[in-house]
Amino acid sequence: MRDLIRRLTWLDVVLLAVVAAAVAWVGLRIQGTLNYEWRWEIIPNYLLRFDEQNGRWVANLLLQGLVTTVRIALYASVLALALGVMIGIGRTVKNLTVRMLARTYVELLRNIPPVVVIFIFFFFLSEQLIVAFNIEGWARGIAQGDSAGAWTFLFGDMRLFPSMISGVVVLALFESAFVGEIVRAGIESVGRGQREAAGSLGLSRVDELRFVVLPQATRRVLPPLANQFISLVKDSSIISLISVQELTYKTVELVSSTRAIFEAWITTALLYFVLCFCLSLLFRRLERQGRTEMRA
Amino acid sequence: MAGRRPIIEIRNVDKYFGEFQALNDVSLTIHAGERVVICGPSGSGKSTLLRCINRLEEPSAGRLTVDGIELTGAKDTLRRVRTEVGMVFQQFNLFPHLTVLENLTLGPMRVRRISRSEATERARKYLDRVHIPEQAEKYPSELSGGQQQRVAIARSLCMEPRIMLFDEPTSALDPEMINEVLDVMVELAGSGMTMVCVTHEMGFARKVADTMVFMDEGEIVESSPPDAFFSRPSSKRCRQFLDRILEH
Ligand SMILES: Nc1ncnc2c1ncn2[C@@H]1O[C@H](COP(=O)(O)OP(=O)(O)OP(=O)(O)O)[C@@H](O)[C@H]1O
Ligand SMILES: [Mg+2]
Repeated sequence: MRDLIRRLTWLDVVLLAVVAAAVAWVGLRIQGTLNYEWRWEIIPNYLLRFDEQNGRWVANLLLQGLVTTVRIALYASVLALALGVMIGIGRTVKNLTVRMLARTYVELLRNIPPVVVIFIFFFFLSEQLIVAFNIEGWARGIAQGDSAGAWTFLFGDMRLFPSMISGVVVLALFESAFVGEIVRAGIESVGRGQREAAGSLGLSRVDELRFVVLPQATRRVLPPLANQFISLVKDSSIISLISVQELTYKTVELVSSTRAIFEAWITTALLYFVLCFCLSLLFRRLERQGRTEMRA
Repeated sequence: MAGRRPIIEIRNVDKYFGEFQALNDVSLTIHAGERVVICGPSGSGKSTLLRCINRLEEPSAGRLTVDGIELTGAKDTLRRVRTEVGMVFQQFNLFPHLTVLENLTLGPMRVRRISRSEATERARKYLDRVHIPEQAEKYPSELSGGQQQRVAIARSLCMEPRIMLFDEPTSALDPEMINEVLDVMVELAGSGMTMVCVTHEMGFARKVADTMVFMDEGEIVESSPPDAFFSRPSSKRCRQFLDRILEH
């Protein structure tokens, strides 16, 4: 901290002063025109609430939403990764049909706004599939079964399972196009010479991919994949539009019941920020570690 | 080489890249144990010819037979030929994520289906042969260029091929490392291996070549024993080329 202060130049001081003045000025203007009564004190209660009946603390709206967001992000990213790897490989194989199919998928998803994509997936795919596979009935059965505890830990309230699954599927399909592009770039970054060397040893195409191309691609692909995962966490707020009860959805709920618009949205913004920022710090650290290990 | 069995037969091969003709009616017969050195100006199709022999490139027309196997588009002949033909590249093309030993054992284990211990033993034998037994556990990036190229040669030899192709194996090397690679190649030539080398190292060519081939503009212009080739090349283009590279 001392170091930081010593390193400040007069330019930094001026810049900071200008920013502070601007913020103060905007704040004052809003105070004047905006007739708003701040009620920050109600927010903590919507994170954690004391349950009188059971006599213990339980998660309330915002924290419930956050937990759902984390769950959905985890499952969706696993699914997106699996799909994305297939699409990425599909875009680099020799077979023209496979390549065209993979390309079409990617181009469609990249050139249609996410909200539209999500509605289309939701109404045409997940809603129908959920009915077709009778996932509702299945989830209800689980909720009454013996292992209900474990399922609830993994997926939250089982009554919301169908909605959560469609959220996961929709998000994964959407993100898989981007993962696919990252994977393709990774595969293509492995030079032609590597493939030719593998080929001239007589390795089959599958072995060439498995032992030569993919291991090298993986190392190059991890940093952009980590970024994509953070994007996925942020993008997950879109699925509130299809009534998946994640953080954004819960915030809308909170706002409509308490009218604490600013407090609620600022809190939610903070929650997202902390989550994503921690992730990016974590990934950066892992990346640095990975690099030093590679050198050793 | 009279009386020996032909091991590579190239008959009237053409190769087009789009409109551009990189090989023009090339025919060449190489016998078992023969050492052929190919030279010629840049862009004359030397690499392309070499790459047709192990099917890294598909000829547009003509016939190619390697070790009795006629090269068609079929996958199994392709792999059979590639296991019998080793290739050493100008840029080494070692697998950077694998150690030297793993580079050497991958092919034998996955293609020849021999056990890890047998593959390791074989790898050590060929590392010895290229004079770097002590580098087995290192990664390619930790080696000098000359050492990397020798690992690449050993990697090909581990497949125990009947034919070795070299595409300018020393032209990406610093001058002081060229000889360590050439020495290994001379030793290999002495062991009776069939070799096809694209190189401009004329000292090496004089020492080992049974046949010199000169290519220009996709054609084989001259093909003769080194004595005749160096003392009285029959074509003007070949003479000019030799004058240019033998000057220095
Ligand atoms: N994949 C390709 N696509 C298009 N043109 C190619 C391709 N490979 C080679 N060529 C062209 O074919 C010609 C012959 O190339 P080749 O690499 O065989 O020459 P070379 O004799 O090996 O030259 P160098 O000494 O520079 O290696 C060149 O003009 C080159 O531009
Ligand atoms: Mg070349």
